[in-house]
Amino acid sequence: MTTWVFCEEQAGAASASALELATKARSWGEVKAFYVGPGSDTAYETLGTHGVTEIHQISTGEHLAAPAAAAALGELVAPEDIVLFSMGNTDRDVAGRLSARLGCPVLSNAIDVDPGGDQVTVTNEILGGTTRVITAATSGPVLIVTRPKAFPAEPGDGTRPDVVPVAVPDTGHAGSALVLEQHVEESEGPDLEAAGIVISGGRGMGGPEAKWEPVIKLASLLGGAVGATRAVVDAGWVPYALQVGQTGKTVKPSLYIACGISGAMQHVVGMKDAGTIIAINKDPEAPIFSLADLGIVGDVHKVLPALIEALEARRPA
Amino acid sequence: MKIAVCVKQIPDPATPYSLDPETNFVVRPDDQVLDDTDRYGVEVGLQLVEQIGEGASLTLLSMTPSGTLAGIRQALAMGADRAIVIDDDTLRGADALTTAKVLAAALNNDDDPFDLVIAGCESTDGYSGVMPQQLAELLGIPSLSFARKVERQGANVRIERQTEAGYDVVEAPLPVLLTVTAGVVEPRYPNFKGIMQAKKKPVDTKTCADLGIDPAVQQTIQSVEPIPAREAGEIIEDEGDAYLRIVEKLEELKVV
Repeated sequence: MTTWVFCEEQAGAASASALELATKARSWGEVKAFYVGPGSDTAYETLGTHGVTEIHQISTGEHLAAPAAAAALGELVAPEDIVLFSMGNTDRDVAGRLSARLGCPVLSNAIDVDPGGDQVTVTNEILGGTTRVITAATSGPVLIVTRPKAFPAEPGDGTRPDVVPVAVPDTGHAGSALVLEQHVEESEGPDLEAAGIVISGGRGMGGPEAKWEPVIKLASLLGGAVGATRAVVDAGWVPYALQVGQTGKTVKPSLYIACGISGAMQHVVGMKDAGTIIAINKDPEAPIFSLADLGIVGDVHKVLPALIEALEARRPA
Repeated sequence: MKIAVCVKQIPDPATPYSLDPETNFVVRPDDQVLDDTDRYGVEVGLQLVEQIGEGASLTLLSMTPSGTLAGIRQALAMGADRAIVIDDDTLRGADALTTAKVLAAALNNDDDPFDLVIAGCESTDGYSGVMPQQLAELLGIPSLSFARKVERQGANVRIERQTEAGYDVVEAPLPVLLTVTAGVVEPRYPNFKGIMQAKKKPVDTKTCADLGIDPAVQQTIQSVEPIPAREAGEIIEDEGDAYLRIVEKLEELKVV
């Protein structure tokens, strides 16, 4: 059995999720990476230290990668193999196409994977994280999409892996999408997914700019990252990159402060594993209070300014 | 241009739902609604139909082992022309690949081929997030996924595709499948006329046998157990000094 880890090159580095997946899989046996991108020595070396022994690298140039990547990966995997993906957009594009190509289902939203003796099982949480389900695959190869941060990435003692270039297969019309431009949107402050402290705002903040400002101010005072709910992102108050939840980022900070957030299932899925949760909301019935270690029933626009003032007063001049 | 929009009826997220202890399938209450994330796909489709005018049409496509059409009528009321609904009891508990196979068969079985297939990025209830890509692969067409902006570019479709770092501008020729994010457009609310018209719009209901497909189950559920709820902590009402309790908590955590 070989475990394949999907890795999309991001700004010349291996995706963070690929390192998490390789760390998880290296105790099971051989780990190979299927690598999409122009190629980078830094990325190859990091994958090696995390347990990958062989990298199959494909670069689709100006073409959107998924159709060719799925076709090439489909030729490499054996029926007894496991293929691990994360929730990244390209991860999901390739996982879906590979699944259709091989006729194998995708086991999604996995928070744990057990290669087992004769059957691979995955664990996931459904119904807003209230119910745990263990599912067994009955055919192979087993394709699994895991939740981000399901496993910690830890470097081991691996060395630089062999790199095998993969030819780009002709996928005809399916492969005809072209990437014309690439844009990087800079975000300020610490990286949301890696931050130890996250301050998130919801619809209860009441609006963008001045109304949203206390969230940014508190984050900067505490050295935390700013997050937001889907409602806030959909309303255009902040960019999508700040969205925490099922369709956004999954965070596991030691401290999460939820400001004006009701605690809809879709948001909770992305933050419920935070160490300590503090919630401020004016509705005493808000579901967020059932998760909070400290819940303040009150107006965010009264509580936050008072808190910010108190914290500013404590700072050394 | 013939456009299909994939929509899903889901249990109303406002009502709690549960699992059948025998089958482990979600017990779907009768009051099903249109998945909120599908309204964005319907709106993108309607805007394209309005831009093109003559010869453009919008068909809804849905698999629903439930007998109800309430959610489909919501999308018809927004302005879709017709719906194809695959309603078959054998599809209860179907996984994403089975769903994709059923939808692909329904698209291929319709009178004329589709030029554009639109779907949301993932459903609110199952959120496996791979069905549209499976469907695109089965149809042999490109997928412009995670679109936050959609425009026609001559005979092509051009999108802004969300990436980890920002966005890419991606373009593909028809026929093509799009997945759209929430926020790509502002979905319209059905007006009274739309709601009245929706009741009379054609809904073509099919079974798996009609489409000549036999869904096979390739995964089994081994166990289902409740996760102990996180213990609720201290809840206090703000009387003007609740911020002091937060400061204390931050001190306890050694954050300040």
